[in-house]
Amino acid sequence: MELFPMKASAIESRRRGQQLVGPIDLTLEGQGATVVIGPNGAGKTTFLQLLHGTARLSAGRIDWACSTEEARHHQAFVFQRPVMLRRTVLENLSYPLRLRGVSKAKAEERARDWASRVGLAQLVTRAATVLSGGEQQKLALARALICDPKLLFLDEPCAALDGRAMREIETILQEVKAAGTRLILSTHDLGQARRLADDVLFLLGGRLHEAAPAEAFFNGPETPQARAFLRGDIVE
Amino acid sequence: MVDIWSGITQAFWLVLTLDAELVEIAGRSLYVTLTALAIACLISLPLAALIAVKRFRARRLVIAVLNALMGLPPVVVGLIVYVILSRSGPLGVLGLLFTPAAMIIAQVIIIVPLITSIAHQSIRDLWQEYHDLLISLNVTQSQKIWTLLWDSRRALLTAALAGFGRGIGEVGAIMIVGGNIDHATRVLTTAIALETGKGEFALALALGFVLIGLAVAVNLAIHWLGQTEREGRW
Repeated sequence: MELFPMKASAIESRRRGQQLVGPIDLTLEGQGATVVIGPNGAGKTTFLQLLHGTARLSAGRIDWACSTEEARHHQAFVFQRPVMLRRTVLENLSYPLRLRGVSKAKAEERARDWASRVGLAQLVTRAATVLSGGEQQKLALARALICDPKLLFLDEPCAALDGRAMREIETILQEVKAAGTRLILSTHDLGQARRLADDVLFLLGGRLHEAAPAEAFFNGPETPQARAFLRGDIVE
Repeated sequence: MVDIWSGITQAFWLVLTLDAELVEIAGRSLYVTLTALAIACLISLPLAALIAVKRFRARRLVIAVLNALMGLPPVVVGLIVYVILSRSGPLGVLGLLFTPAAMIIAQVIIIVPLITSIAHQSIRDLWQEYHDLLISLNVTQSQKIWTLLWDSRRALLTAALAGFGRGIGEVGAIMIVGGNIDHATRVLTTAIALETGKGEFALALALGFVLIGLAVAVNLAIHWLGQTEREGRW
């Protein structure tokens, strides 16, 4: 079952009469990592939520290669501030599997496997809420990946993390990308965008200003706003 | 002061000698209140979760009414239940008036708004915390409610304990619908009222101390069973 190509047609998000995002037209294919960049307030989070389906479209439509319900089933989302269930690390990891009817024994076995993969094997019996920020984000990432999603959204996954935690997270992301999971992540860390991106979407004021392969974008952005953003200027 | 001291010593002896009448009355008190609590929790907790997660037109009104009903006067509840269960009332054929069942019904009506209201606040806070994750995981409504109830279970214990406290100390409603009949519907609170009326202050105080002891013991037992206040728990 294929999710891609995904076609977003004139998608918009408005709240209390204010235009937050759009209208945006976009087609995404099923390979690699797309990095959404732009300054704070550009609408990156809302844009990801619209694509994922957790924010309601005010206008426009999103078509997947399969039904929307099936597409949702094969997606996962990692939030900027990881949401920790008030449970142990192991229970947090096994939760999505238990929702899908996997037996407790199998879910826990898989959870232990993922805990090892993200370096949390020693912490499986600890309460998730007492973990450090980096450990929580690794747990959130493992929990998102435990159901083998075909598409993973990440909303600034390394914001407020130290260098070591960021490197660990990026290593996991490179691995899952190599294993065939499609990544769409937002960041305003240009270094991270350069390291991870195959394609770049540059958002500003809720509008898609530029969509290009990463190399082309970083070597020669087309719009003056993107050039200013890459120079480190303040763009509005 | 003499009455208080006499009450303490008498309570001590009543407990120590396992006075048959005291055991019967205390047992009935526990039976009525714990049964009412169990029924009330079955109604209140899912209701509180549903109100927290479901958006509907009269939601604010329902919450306001629940909060207002927390202060429901027990005597009025007793009177209404009496009218409904009395022989000429709509449920008179059931013959429940002046039985422990009637007392349980009255207590359920009194404690449901209290438990629902306290539980709703805890679940609402947790729902705000979990909202994005659960929506992203595409959970069903029942999975959502079960997750919220399970993860806020220790806060819900507090709500249940508040309900137990209100129920075990209640006298007005159960006096009306139970009738304070010896060996049938007499419980600790109605016995205290009776002994006070007879001028037997020492015995009334003794029963009062037993009631307090019972309430504290049940609270401690529930806390211990719920493993609250332990490190790394919620």
